[in-house]
Amino acid sequence: MEEKKTCLYDKHVALGALMSPFGGFIMPIQYSSIFEEHYAVRVHCGVFDVSHMGEVRVCGADAERYVNHIFTNDVTDAPQFKIFYGMMCYPNGGTVDDLLVYKMGENDFFIVINAANIDKDVEWMMQNADGFDVKVEHQSDYYGQLAVQGPEAESVVRDVLGLECGELVFYTVKTIEKDGETLIVSRTGYTGEDGFEIYGSHEYIRSAWDKLIASGECKPCGLGCRDTLRFEVGLPLYGDELSADITPIMAGLGMFVKLDKPEFIGREALARQKSEGVDKKLVGIELKDKAIPRHGYAVIADGVTIGEVTTGYHCLSVDKSVCMALIDAKYAKLGTEVEIQIRKKTFPGTVVKKKFYEKHYKK
Amino acid sequence: MAKIEPGLYYSESHEYVRVEGNIGIIGISDYAQHALGNVVYVDMPETDDEITAGEDFGAVESVKAASDLIAPVSGTVVEVNEALEDQPELINQDAYGEGWIIKVELSDKSELDALMDGAAYEEHCNNE
Repeated sequence: MEEKKTCLYDKHVALGALMSPFGGFIMPIQYSSIFEEHYAVRVHCGVFDVSHMGEVRVCGADAERYVNHIFTNDVTDAPQFKIFYGMMCYPNGGTVDDLLVYKMGENDFFIVINAANIDKDVEWMMQNADGFDVKVEHQSDYYGQLAVQGPEAESVVRDVLGLECGELVFYTVKTIEKDGETLIVSRTGYTGEDGFEIYGSHEYIRSAWDKLIASGECKPCGLGCRDTLRFEVGLPLYGDELSADITPIMAGLGMFVKLDKPEFIGREALARQKSEGVDKKLVGIELKDKAIPRHGYAVIADGVTIGEVTTGYHCLSVDKSVCMALIDAKYAKLGTEVEIQIRKKTFPGTVVKKKFYEKHYKK
Repeated sequence: MAKIEPGLYYSESHEYVRVEGNIGIIGISDYAQHALGNVVYVDMPETDDEITAGEDFGAVESVKAASDLIAPVSGTVVEVNEALEDQPELINQDAYGEGWIIKVELSDKSELDALMDGAAYEEHCNNE
């Protein structure tokens, strides 16, 4: 399959980025080094091209009822410009995707989905719109997206891009008229740091990228450090920690599943998992050694395989080898001793919370 | 541009052997460390382990991925570079020097004939 290119592809190549396929796109993995880019976001500011993400606009008289039908979180009577994180699930509770839902207005929602799931999600959203008075409009081809992340993000978007966002609180959005178009700017991100995500036309995103890079205030960052950053703070990635086989309850994301809503797809299955318990759970594991647990490696206890690693790294911010793993729920208690098979050896580890570094959100 | 040190023997999988008498000092090439990015862990055999040409004897791990180390020659491990346990970045900084990985007592020096010299290795890298 031919990978798609984002509107910034030529700029990544010109910067000498290492390019690699991700989610159906050819994306920058790193420009300088994952270390440098990771620390830039933790300490100063970094900018990511996340134009591969998909966008869907849902409007119409039944939009709120429809979003509540396909989404595990609850948008009922939400204030304008509030953002919700949650999942779309199959009737059996398996995850279609995890997503952000922006309430732009009364019965008007802007939905952000994962690149790798765009086709599947749009089809799912269309299929499940029967009986609702809604317009589900796929807008991924229109929008480019930048994520400006790090403790200095607020001053960078103000000083370099002229976007005043100081009043935005975490998980809220505003629209800004700029250069003859309406930008969508939210205080969100996928790094555990303060930051903003900016949605606009390809033309705007290209010029904003150039300004950010030229300013020197903001380091270009690739998907390599995006993954190490999100992993350290325990944020899931669809395909690793969530999938058609991994429900939000198994992944420990029950707080985003509002079972007190009267109805949504997957509700019964998820309610049953919550009350009866799940047979597999996502946990954190910290190794005593420096060997690195990678996706797919076996987790072993009492001499048998009890699950596998979903994501693992030598955690850059805390200098420890850690992973998230989906394992038999019997072993999920904090402090349980397990082993991980890494190539020909097994390494001892301990079940810990699946957050290895504290988030620094501006709330 | 990656450095290629003359006088060493190189494998297609980017390990090198520096021969000193009957001892082979094995590491990965500058080209390989560059392609891997920041090395964060090196999985090494132990002293007295036997390694066999063509088989893996450990791994070099960057942030993003693990890459097997394939033995370019056969022999008995006589020393491992313990400095790499705390400073795996030595491989990035000085692949041919302080970033060496193991020393082996060569069991069959004729295996060196199957490896490339610097010029052939350079061409190999250019074709990747």
